[in-house]
Amino acid sequence: MSEPIPVTVIGGYLGSGKTTMVNHLLRNANGLRLAILVNEFGELPIDEDLIEAQDDDIISIAGGCVCCSFGSDLTDALMDMAALDPRPDHLLIESSGVAIPSAIVGSLSLLNGFRTDGIVILADAETIQASASHKYMSDTVLRQISDANIIVLNKVDLVNDKILDGTFDWLAELNRDVRIVKTQYGKVMPDVVLDSFLGKETAEGPSHHTADIAGMTLKIDGRFDVEKLACTLADSENGLIRAKGFVTSICGQKMLIQVVGNRWDTSTASDNMKDGIVCLGFKGEVLKGLQALVNSMAVETAFQE
Amino acid sequence: MSETIIYSAQKIITMNPSRPNATHVAVQGDRILAVGDLAELETWGPYKLVETFADKILMPGLVEGHAHTMEGTLWRYVYCGFFDRADPDGKTWDGVKTIEAIQDRLIEAEAKLTDPDAPLSGWSLDPIYMDNKRVTRADLDKVSTTRPIGILHASGHILNVNTKALELGGLLKSGINHEGIPLGADGLPTGELFGPDTMTPVGVHVGFNRSMTDSDEQGLRAFAKLCVRTGVTTITDLAARLEADGVESMLKVTSEDSYPARVVPLQIFMGATAKETVDKVVGLKARATDRLRLGRIKAVADGSIQGFSARMRWPGYHNGAPNGLWYTAPEQLAELYRLALAADVQVHTHTNGDEATEMVLDTLGPVLKEVPSPDHRFTLQHCQLADAAQFRRMDKLGMCVNLFANHHFYWGDEHYRLTVGPERATRMNACRTALDTGVPMAIHSDAPVTPLGPFFTAWSAVNRLTASGRTQGEHEKIEVAEALRAITIGAAYTLHMDDTIGSIEVGKKADFAVLEDDPTEIGGDNLKDVRVWGTVQGGRIFAAADL
Repeated sequence: MSEPIPVTVIGGYLGSGKTTMVNHLLRNANGLRLAILVNEFGELPIDEDLIEAQDDDIISIAGGCVCCSFGSDLTDALMDMAALDPRPDHLLIESSGVAIPSAIVGSLSLLNGFRTDGIVILADAETIQASASHKYMSDTVLRQISDANIIVLNKVDLVNDKILDGTFDWLAELNRDVRIVKTQYGKVMPDVVLDSFLGKETAEGPSHHTADIAGMTLKIDGRFDVEKLACTLADSENGLIRAKGFVTSICGQKMLIQVVGNRWDTSTASDNMKDGIVCLGFKGEVLKGLQALVNSMAVETAFQE
Repeated sequence: MSETIIYSAQKIITMNPSRPNATHVAVQGDRILAVGDLAELETWGPYKLVETFADKILMPGLVEGHAHTMEGTLWRYVYCGFFDRADPDGKTWDGVKTIEAIQDRLIEAEAKLTDPDAPLSGWSLDPIYMDNKRVTRADLDKVSTTRPIGILHASGHILNVNTKALELGGLLKSGINHEGIPLGADGLPTGELFGPDTMTPVGVHVGFNRSMTDSDEQGLRAFAKLCVRTGVTTITDLAARLEADGVESMLKVTSEDSYPARVVPLQIFMGATAKETVDKVVGLKARATDRLRLGRIKAVADGSIQGFSARMRWPGYHNGAPNGLWYTAPEQLAELYRLALAADVQVHTHTNGDEATEMVLDTLGPVLKEVPSPDHRFTLQHCQLADAAQFRRMDKLGMCVNLFANHHFYWGDEHYRLTVGPERATRMNACRTALDTGVPMAIHSDAPVTPLGPFFTAWSAVNRLTASGRTQGEHEKIEVAEALRAITIGAAYTLHMDDTIGSIEVGKKADFAVLEDDPTEIGGDNLKDVRVWGTVQGGRIFAAADL
């Protein structure tokens, strides 16, 4: 059986910039075949210059990407996606402004052929706090925030530093373990949202860098309590946004670890994979100290065999 | 000019306030030429007197303001409901009262299937009436272990399946963690699937897929037969996806000479922007025919009360369930209302919980200041929990309401005990308050959720009895005359069609319900038992016995 398609659920209230970010990702997909599921074919879900062809149900996009609308039945649309040939490398579900992302993840879990990669919520730096106290939408918006594995705090150019810091802290208080990435015009680093950076690692780690975000490769030596390690990498204290790689378990099984914000997952992997974890994190002292932390978690050789 | 036909009747209940009763009606083509006694009608010149209805009661053709054409399609599946129900061919199926009875009925249907892999589908199950004893896949496995079986619940929101269906849908596995899928002691799903997300993967293997809400040609014809049997001449399909093929087949079928109903399909606002939706409906409106009244929109604000997905104001659900779901954001609704008002397109909005109703009122109010629209008649559909203050606002905003009177009978006990508690259950579907406040009102069945039958719906609004026989909401009862108005001119008004249908008067469509009993004499307790002979639709006679 082929690998399940990784799925990112992109949520956030109306006007938070979901469509803009999706278009940015399409422009910077770096050869990945992305499939986009949108709730509706809005005014223009996809920038015109990216569209190669369009009919009622599907928009063909440069680089082998596609966009489909799911209307009232997401499950039905997902079943169509699973049957696409060629299969997409990564699926993005751009949910409606009132959707509860964890409910979408719940539905996703019932279908074969998909793997939930994570929930990315966009928040408009200027309006998110007002939306969260809206007479009718308050609980929906707060639920979206608490469901997030990663929050993309967008439109940061529209507010001053004081408001931005306040909004950042307020979000961090609502979802204590979430990773918050600041952007403007939806221009988030694609590797933050997409499961795209495995295989790109070099001696210096993934090639993408921004002012705040850096890639690195963790050297893995020895055997590990894999779940404990994954959980540690997903802890916001340790400065990572994403991590993916291979580790050998205490009993010698090769395992794949995948971390997206505060979400982590482990699964068995083929023995010939090389140990090592590619990471994306916030630049700073914490990230620098991560290798030492991981080294300290290796299980004592004495316990092996 | 076509021939004038004068029908005599034992009594004609016209719903025309200037002339409430008459004995004769003259028809030319599809229109009413005159109503009165024979001497008055003779002044119009030569005529043919038809006495087929000499011993019958004529009423305006009944108008069902909230139904789904899917009712016609579902009758191809095995009826598994608790209450007796008549099918399009006039056969009354006994209600099945136990799981054993359901099994027997399914086994009988299974024996008739020749293809060993064909699914067996049933509908209208409701365990509430069977002491809430849940149906399991083991129960359905007794019918077949090799053929997929699925039974849709009356609410439409739950599907029961057998083991084979779970297997085909990829859900016969352990480790499922989903609130819509209860697990048995063995860690595998019990076979009950709650909500569309869990139903779809299995539903496609048991005959229930997304397109089933688009009635096909056969379904549309069956649906119209039900109309004739219940005295209905105009019926809504609320709502439809109205994809190109569906529109073509609806146009084709409703234009058949023998098609006995006027269908009013509302385009659902889902999966397209407000602008696209309004543009599409403006285009559809231009293609409308007399018997296919395209050109209206239905929006959905929240979910259902018994599914705990309706949006409730404080204090929320009686059993402490968390608040429900929004299906449309206020900004999207405001945009839809703005564009629709400007384009003269009517919008009906589904609200169940009182918070959803409040949101719609809060949204429409400001839009009406931007796009002043006297006589817009935007209608709240279901609107089950509205309180008196909300009805007063509807009145001031020029809104109409279509209340779900049948719901009170079928699920009133459940609402009292579980979902909203005694006080709010008592005010649900507050017909008296609506009328006293001056809000134009219709009442509905939401068929197939409850059976099509406006006299039953009227009886529900008059008596407010629940299935267990309790009167729930004495002070919200309405009079028989008011209920009859609601199922004719009242419903026509909510569709902006009261100028051509809903009463028997000169110039209007010759649409009649032909009755064996006089609903104004039979007594409120017996209103549901009014016998329907058939209809006259657009001047054409349709006898139920001849369908």
